[in-house]
Amino acid sequence: MSPKFTRKGNNGQNYPVCYGEHVLGGGVIRLWCRHQNLCTPRWIVGNYYISIDVRGSTQQVVKMMKFMLLFSRQGKVRLQQWYSATQEKEKKKIMRELITIILARKPKMCSFLEWKEYKIVYKRYASLYFCCAIEKGDNELLTLEIIHRYVELLDKYFGSVCELDIIFNFEKAYFILDELMLGGEIQETSKKNCLKAIAAQDLLQEEADATRNVLEEMGLP
Amino acid sequence: MPTVAKGDGMRGLAVFISDIRNCKSKEAEQKRINKELANIRSKFKGDKTLDGYNKKKYVCKLLFIFLLGHDIDFGHMEAVNLLSSNKYTEKQIGYLFISVLVNTDSALIRLIIQAIKNDLEARHPVHICLALQCIANIGSKEMAEALTKEIPKLIVSGETIDAVKQSACLCLLRLFRTSPETVPPGEWTQRVGHLLNDQHLGVVTSATSLIHTLAQKTPEDFKPCVQLAISRLSRIVTSSYTDLQDYTYYFVPAPWLSVKLLRLLQVYPPPEDPALRGRLNECLETILNKAQEPPKSKKVQHSNAKNAVLFEAINLIIHHDTEPSLLVRACNQLGQFLQHRETNLRYLALESMCLLASSEFSHEAVKKHMDTVITALKTERDVSVRQRAVDLLYGMCDKSNAEEIVAEMLSYLETADYSIREEMVLKVAILAEKYPVDYTWYVDTILNLIRIAGDYVSDEVWYRVIQIVINRDDVQGYAAKVVFEALQAPACHENMVKVGGYILGEFGNLIAGDQRSSPMVQFQLLHSKYHLCSAPTRGLLLSTYIKFINLFPEIKGQLQDVLRNNNNLQNADAELQQRAIEYLQLSTVASQDVLATVLEEMPPFPERESSILAKLKKKKPNVSDIEVVKEGKKSSNPPTLNNSAANTPEATPASAPVPVMAAAPAPAPVQSASDDLLGLSAGPAAAAPVTNNFAAPAAPAGGGGLLVDVFDTPPAQNNVSTALAPQAEENFFNMPSGETAPSGDASATELDGRFAIKNNGVLFENELLQIGVKAEYKGNLGRLGLFYGNKTSYPFQFFTPTVSCPGELASAMNVQTKPLDVNTVEGGAQVQQIINVECIADFVDAPILSIKFSYSGSMQQINLMLPVMLNKFFEPVEMDATSFFNRWKQLSRRPGQEEQKIFKASFPINSDTSRTKLLGFGFGLLDGVDPNPDNFVGAGIIKAQSSQVGCLLRLEPNMQAQMYRLTLRTSSKSVTTRLADLLLKLF
Repeated sequence: MSPKFTRKGNNGQNYPVCYGEHVLGGGVIRLWCRHQNLCTPRWIVGNYYISIDVRGSTQQVVKMMKFMLLFSRQGKVRLQQWYSATQEKEKKKIMRELITIILARKPKMCSFLEWKEYKIVYKRYASLYFCCAIEKGDNELLTLEIIHRYVELLDKYFGSVCELDIIFNFEKAYFILDELMLGGEIQETSKKNCLKAIAAQDLLQEEADATRNVLEEMGLP
Repeated sequence: MPTVAKGDGMRGLAVFISDIRNCKSKEAEQKRINKELANIRSKFKGDKTLDGYNKKKYVCKLLFIFLLGHDIDFGHMEAVNLLSSNKYTEKQIGYLFISVLVNTDSALIRLIIQAIKNDLEARHPVHICLALQCIANIGSKEMAEALTKEIPKLIVSGETIDAVKQSACLCLLRLFRTSPETVPPGEWTQRVGHLLNDQHLGVVTSATSLIHTLAQKTPEDFKPCVQLAISRLSRIVTSSYTDLQDYTYYFVPAPWLSVKLLRLLQVYPPPEDPALRGRLNECLETILNKAQEPPKSKKVQHSNAKNAVLFEAINLIIHHDTEPSLLVRACNQLGQFLQHRETNLRYLALESMCLLASSEFSHEAVKKHMDTVITALKTERDVSVRQRAVDLLYGMCDKSNAEEIVAEMLSYLETADYSIREEMVLKVAILAEKYPVDYTWYVDTILNLIRIAGDYVSDEVWYRVIQIVINRDDVQGYAAKVVFEALQAPACHENMVKVGGYILGEFGNLIAGDQRSSPMVQFQLLHSKYHLCSAPTRGLLLSTYIKFINLFPEIKGQLQDVLRNNNNLQNADAELQQRAIEYLQLSTVASQDVLATVLEEMPPFPERESSILAKLKKKKPNVSDIEVVKEGKKSSNPPTLNNSAANTPEATPASAPVPVMAAAPAPAPVQSASDDLLGLSAGPAAAAPVTNNFAAPAAPAGGGGLLVDVFDTPPAQNNVSTALAPQAEENFFNMPSGETAPSGDASATELDGRFAIKNNGVLFENELLQIGVKAEYKGNLGRLGLFYGNKTSYPFQFFTPTVSCPGELASAMNVQTKPLDVNTVEGGAQVQQIINVECIADFVDAPILSIKFSYSGSMQQINLMLPVMLNKFFEPVEMDATSFFNRWKQLSRRPGQEEQKIFKASFPINSDTSRTKLLGFGFGLLDGVDPNPDNFVGAGIIKAQSSQVGCLLRLEPNMQAQMYRLTLRTSSKSVTTRLADLLLKLF
């Protein structure tokens, strides 16, 4: 058998390591030469080890956003979007605990914290906290920028957005979020495209309202 | 109310929201809400002609009330009705209500699914999008079953507009995550892969998310995507920020897509095609280079996006773990971040570096940053960052820096946040055990740990220190001394009392010579804590007292007084009462001999995975993965053992000896008596080690081995259970299955040490097979009984052990192997094989046993060395001083006859132990020959068939220097050398 790939050793020389591998859903099974101690030997067959790459399976973790919360400095929830099925009771518990933890943190502290099985990424904009729960191992910095992009979209749409805009037009805040994120994954990162989609929605609404006004003028319900 | 021109369609809703905001109190708010709810209820019930607009308005109000934190138990039907409205805004509100409020197991789900189905077939793409978004956000199993078929068509059809494609990708992703079996692979899978080449970057981003998840499930199907992903990535990283227009985020080209592509690549090993691999490495290098460029913007968004891509690239580099230069560069980059002014970056750098520490290529590079990390531990103001620093220190710890890291962690522990103390305690305990500078340091560390953070020290930790002290006789005296000192503190933690009680009970005699720690003082010190302790600890102390009765007969009276004390004899706690009564009785009726047998020192614990590590793994499941990888890569241990041991109940020392007892072939009478005495299953966990005291002494009666187990491999290197051993008390070293190379020097050395003075024991054990050995020698003949035990429940087929004598050994030894009667070893069965050896001439190497068998279809091969050493063919000789000195002089004439070695003691110098070892080795000891009583003089004959070689020995210990001088004289040079080698390893 000839080596499948080689790897550079500490002495700078290439030497054979892996004689074959099979990538599976649960990881990578590799065949190794027995005198190498570099792998995770599981079974020995003749002069070969068979190993399972454990890290292959840790990659299996679904890396998506679990939920997003917007809440005020007073701890009032302004928006909640859950991307995985959660019981109502559990949601309330999570929100309560998380809001307490985040409100207690000082401004200069790190924007990430490990909490239960989640990694929490949060940032404060004026009086509102934006908070996302992601999987451990997901990209924290980019999640921070998802939040920022969302804030930018709100800002552009409402014209220097404030908490009140989100209170009075909470449904719009949801619609905008749906353009940006879907099912816990980013959908459209272009600000222009998102705003275009929202504008198209408003156009449809205005058409509907116009029809309605015409009908009302005609004395119809 | 703000003046918003757009999206302000519902005046009634705005009025209601204003009302709520104007409420002065919680009660007023509740009142206003109740009023509104009643109003909406009546509207929904009464007025059948409620139009779409009003329905939408009321549903929206309900939604608002729900978001305020109130429960909503009606209105769902109205929301579902809105779904079939042909007005977009009404539909949209309907979907929103359902996404936020409707449970996936709602009775309405069928209606909802029907509405979604209709919208998916709608003419207008915005309606399709609404339906897709709804599925993507709340998709359930039922939805998957009903709707999956439609979605792939939308993704791959040429007619679908981009926005729908994007939503459809994420919608399918959701359904696939919810129930993968409902998403059938088909022709579309290939075409989804080609979306990586799509013009529209939004489509590519969504598609990459989908492909990533699908590829995790069936990597082979999406292998062609690797190439597409690399070329896409390469185009992005080399593009200037103006190329991608609106997909450039703060001067960083398409950061989200880059991260997703890098993550997709982490599903696969490094590409085999060198060109492709080169291209990918170029990309990674470019990303690393960009990190060094001056920022294009001062905005934090710019640096965040740039570094998000960088960290994901580093993740990929770590995942591949094949490019040392990239790994080291990544490490240096992270090193810079460690001192960055942004807390977020410091946090992430600590986290990623922890992964780098597990790669053999970058481990050393990571270690360079130790001082910075220690500073972070001391100065970071945020506990979550300090936590990462602890993790990293743990990750980078190895033999070279263990002492410093453990010291730093211990000193931090004094002020550490409560939330992370327990985990830190476990980590310190593990590091101290894994990389002991020496065992006195280990004992000091653990006792410090108990002193500093006693409350956070779990049972596993103090069990472990006791196990290790018992298994290593070089540290016992020291341990007794330090626990005695620690107990003198006015306030000491109960865990300290437990450790102290146990250790003094076993080894208190080692420090009893000192007046300051005389038996009486030890007893009084312990007893002064007695009344402050909980019942399990008291039980443990009672056992210590009965052990004291054996160790220190001179204070028997006082000890019996305590046992006799009404407080104990009539204690409400049944366990304490029983112990007091039985111990008192035992001490009264049993003769000193019986007492000495029953209360003898604990035999070594079987070595297995540290129970602390198992605990840490349970606490932090994700740690274990790193741990396993790390172990697998750095140490030579097969980590499988670690994995399997982690969940077995045997992993705690408390329960460990029970299987040992159960497996002992011939239970001695004392043992069964002690069973009755204590009731094995009774008592809380803390009482269990006490029980062991009694179980243990029984075992030596069954086996012919020496009482002192003088050798123990350091615990971290050995994961062995002796549950099936023929002589259960003999806990020998075992070669891990992966390490059975017959030429391995390490195994040969250990083999010499272990079996040089013993004939019986466990020769080998892995998760499948255990091999025990029993040997007898007479003159130049030896007979070995090998016991092959199948530990699994499946048969081993074609089981063929063969013995061979490599090289020169072939002419020096005759080996006859009786073939096995059967060639199948049934599950759980044991077969025996007899091997006869005859020593013809002196030899060095041991014969090799190689075993082949087939287990569940795969061939297994194990190569071992048989424990046949030259000294096995030794016969002791008795002689008087005169004849000894005559021969001693005779044997100095020719060169090579004498071998003298001066060496540092590897084990503490103890006259009794040395005596036992020499006798076990085969020498006859000649007392009174040497004027210095501390020295040993011995004589023996090596009986080979071709020649008999007389051997004389003098061993002079030097207590002060902890050195030995060993002088050997024999008539054959090769014998002298070999015996000296063997002896050297014993002392």
